[in-house]
Amino acid sequence: MDKKVLMKGNEAIAEAAIRAGCRHYFGYPITPQTELAAYMAKRMPKIGGVFLQAESEIAAINMVYGVASTGRRVMTSSSSPGVSLKQEGISYIAGSDLPCLIVNVQRGGPGLGGIQPSQSDYFQATKGGGHGDYHLIVVAPSSVQEMADLTSLAFDLSEKYRVPAMLLADGTIGQMMEPVVLSEPHDPVFTEKDWAVTGTKGQREHHIVNSLYLVPEELEKKNFERFERYQAIEDNEVRYERFMMDDADYCVVAFGIAARVSKNAVVEARKQGMKVGLIRPITLWPFPKQALAEAAKQVKGFLSVELSMGQMVEDVRLAVNCSRPVALCRRTGGMIMSPDEVLDALKKLAGGAES
Amino acid sequence: MTTRILIAGFGGQGILFAGKFLANKGLLEGRQLSWLPSYGPEMRGGTANCSVVLSDDPVGSPIVDRPDVLIVMNLPSLDKYETAVVPGGAVFVDSALIERPVGRADVTAYYIPATRLAQQNGVPGLANMIMIGKVLRECGFTSFEGVEEALHSVVSAKHADLFDVNLKALRLGYEFE
Amino acid sequence: MIVFEKPKSLTDAELHYCPGCTHGIIHRLVAEAIDDLGVEGIAIGVAPVGCAVMAYNYFACDMVEAAHGRAPAVATGIKRSLPDNIVFTYQGDGDLASIGMAETVHAATRNENITVIFVNNAIYGMTGGQMAPTSLPGQVTQTSPYGRDVKTAGYPVKVAEMLSALDGPAYIARVAVNSVKNVKNAKAVIRQAFQNQIDGLGFSLVEVVSACPTNWGMTPENALKWIDEKMIPYYPLGVYKDKRESQKEAEA
Repeated sequence: MDKKVLMKGNEAIAEAAIRAGCRHYFGYPITPQTELAAYMAKRMPKIGGVFLQAESEIAAINMVYGVASTGRRVMTSSSSPGVSLKQEGISYIAGSDLPCLIVNVQRGGPGLGGIQPSQSDYFQATKGGGHGDYHLIVVAPSSVQEMADLTSLAFDLSEKYRVPAMLLADGTIGQMMEPVVLSEPHDPVFTEKDWAVTGTKGQREHHIVNSLYLVPEELEKKNFERFERYQAIEDNEVRYERFMMDDADYCVVAFGIAARVSKNAVVEARKQGMKVGLIRPITLWPFPKQALAEAAKQVKGFLSVELSMGQMVEDVRLAVNCSRPVALCRRTGGMIMSPDEVLDALKKLAGGAES
Repeated sequence: MTTRILIAGFGGQGILFAGKFLANKGLLEGRQLSWLPSYGPEMRGGTANCSVVLSDDPVGSPIVDRPDVLIVMNLPSLDKYETAVVPGGAVFVDSALIERPVGRADVTAYYIPATRLAQQNGVPGLANMIMIGKVLRECGFTSFEGVEEALHSVVSAKHADLFDVNLKALRLGYEFE
Repeated sequence: MIVFEKPKSLTDAELHYCPGCTHGIIHRLVAEAIDDLGVEGIAIGVAPVGCAVMAYNYFACDMVEAAHGRAPAVATGIKRSLPDNIVFTYQGDGDLASIGMAETVHAATRNENITVIFVNNAIYGMTGGQMAPTSLPGQVTQTSPYGRDVKTAGYPVKVAEMLSALDGPAYIARVAVNSVKNVKNAKAVIRQAFQNQIDGLGFSLVEVVSACPTNWGMTPENALKWIDEKMIPYYPLGVYKDKRESQKEAEA
């Protein structure tokens, strides 16, 4: 099946999730991700799945926690303010080592913010978000095709490592339509998990899904164990795209819609004689630190392009360990930079680096 | 080749639908493409716009801020986007709704009284498709051939009765001199 | 002849509850109901945050620990995933009627096919005796040191009455565990609440008026008397809603 279909980003996530064997969706309406819930509401009842509009984002994420406890694929989706509400539940899911998918189609903030696209939940997504020592696996699609592909990947990785995954998109990628090739659907395969609550059938000790450890030594041990898994994820699951990097003197770092805009700027810069390339993190956590450190040996400077006041730029600086200047091109509040703005920032960086 | 198209007008004029038609036309021709609507409260009655990029290469930014082709169906949209069109680009104006001419000499302007044509020819509300018909005629980025198939992709089976009028509107625009 | 046995649905773990606390009795009643109905192998419990937070160590079935107030949402997820299992929550008054009110009301109005055991002892026990949504008017607690003043702190929430006003839920009842007679009745009602789930009737909630001698500052004996004298007059016992009965009446 390699037929291209035209789909909205939000719908591509929904269809890809169903094809990845997800049969449980819980959500609460919020712009700009509503198409996803609407798609699930239409499809789930026809395929024996569950769509439930919860009373709040808080309830939705806890319903996700319930299904995840039973070892089945489950997801929720929301946008920034709603994802803030989910943070408590996400922390519990992380603390209970359960897999699930949380989709955040970001909009501008803080507070009620706006409804236009943003990337200002980068810190929240990649540094934990809720309370306690934990990470999520965070994937950042920059096309409708990747909305589908990374949904499927996020489910797989989440299950493999028993770490909740977040798909961090933005309003633009969610609302836009592009041709997509969808993967073959596979039916949900339910394999008995040695941790899931399914009923003891009187044949085993009871399973307890829990994040409470009142003995500090036990909690510390649990956290160390979890961070060993995080280390394995950092070692094995980093994904990124290199675009025109082979001979680049300057490296743009951008994800999601900002990377799409930046690609235009890179092409234009090359037309004007500047050797510019782009590294696009596809996983934001784990962050492609190594790729950037390698690039630092080659390029004279980095430009982080973000729809925020500057969040990922901190990780870029850490990755290159101050060995090269790292500049920032930013728009916020729902505004998107034009390729010209990126180009201007590149010229400024080049001027500064060479003077 | 990459063609960046911006369609703008009032909510309710079928701006997004016109864009969807072009996107599906591109898809059937095996082009790379993106379709991006403006979204939010302004969809209801305010201004609406829609970016379509058709390309032979992977599409970079889906946001069209420098259109090669601008299609405007109200005066505020012409005022807002006229200066953004690339030199040598094309501007399609619904002259039944916009009385002033395009102020730039370095772009080609086409005037189609689409809203009036739609009313006179029994396809009310389909000025958008008349505009698209004219675009298909004048711009080389896609042909008139295969419009039926593209139309089938955007006119759902539930509204099959709308297929013929949409096709008629496209033809009206295509044949408008 | 064995005349008294621990239910199979309780583990051998020693309960951590205070002397005179009635959680132990309620745990036992829940376990007996599960045993009697033969569903221990398919039962999944959801523990709250509050005194019963470690209920997952005491019930022998599979257990999930929920965040504060979220047990009905978690149970919804479990039941929707495994509709053939028997899913119950065990929650206190702060958990169910304060921070988790939205989850409670909406699980009830959806008529989720789950069983909810609601322990109302009119106080926050685990955190050391603060005012609960169900603390009585005038009741002295750590955060109502001059007695609950309804002018500033509002009135107690009557959960059974409130939920029975909804069209959704199948079964809403209030029982107490302060006397042999009340315990026997509570046992029958809790069993009914599980039977309803087996029969697919839907949301069944049993409010159990319970004692907290430690935080009430009373001897266990006086605490049981206080239930009779103060709690039950404010929280009358009985079955508030029973779809099975109303169906029977309609048929007759």
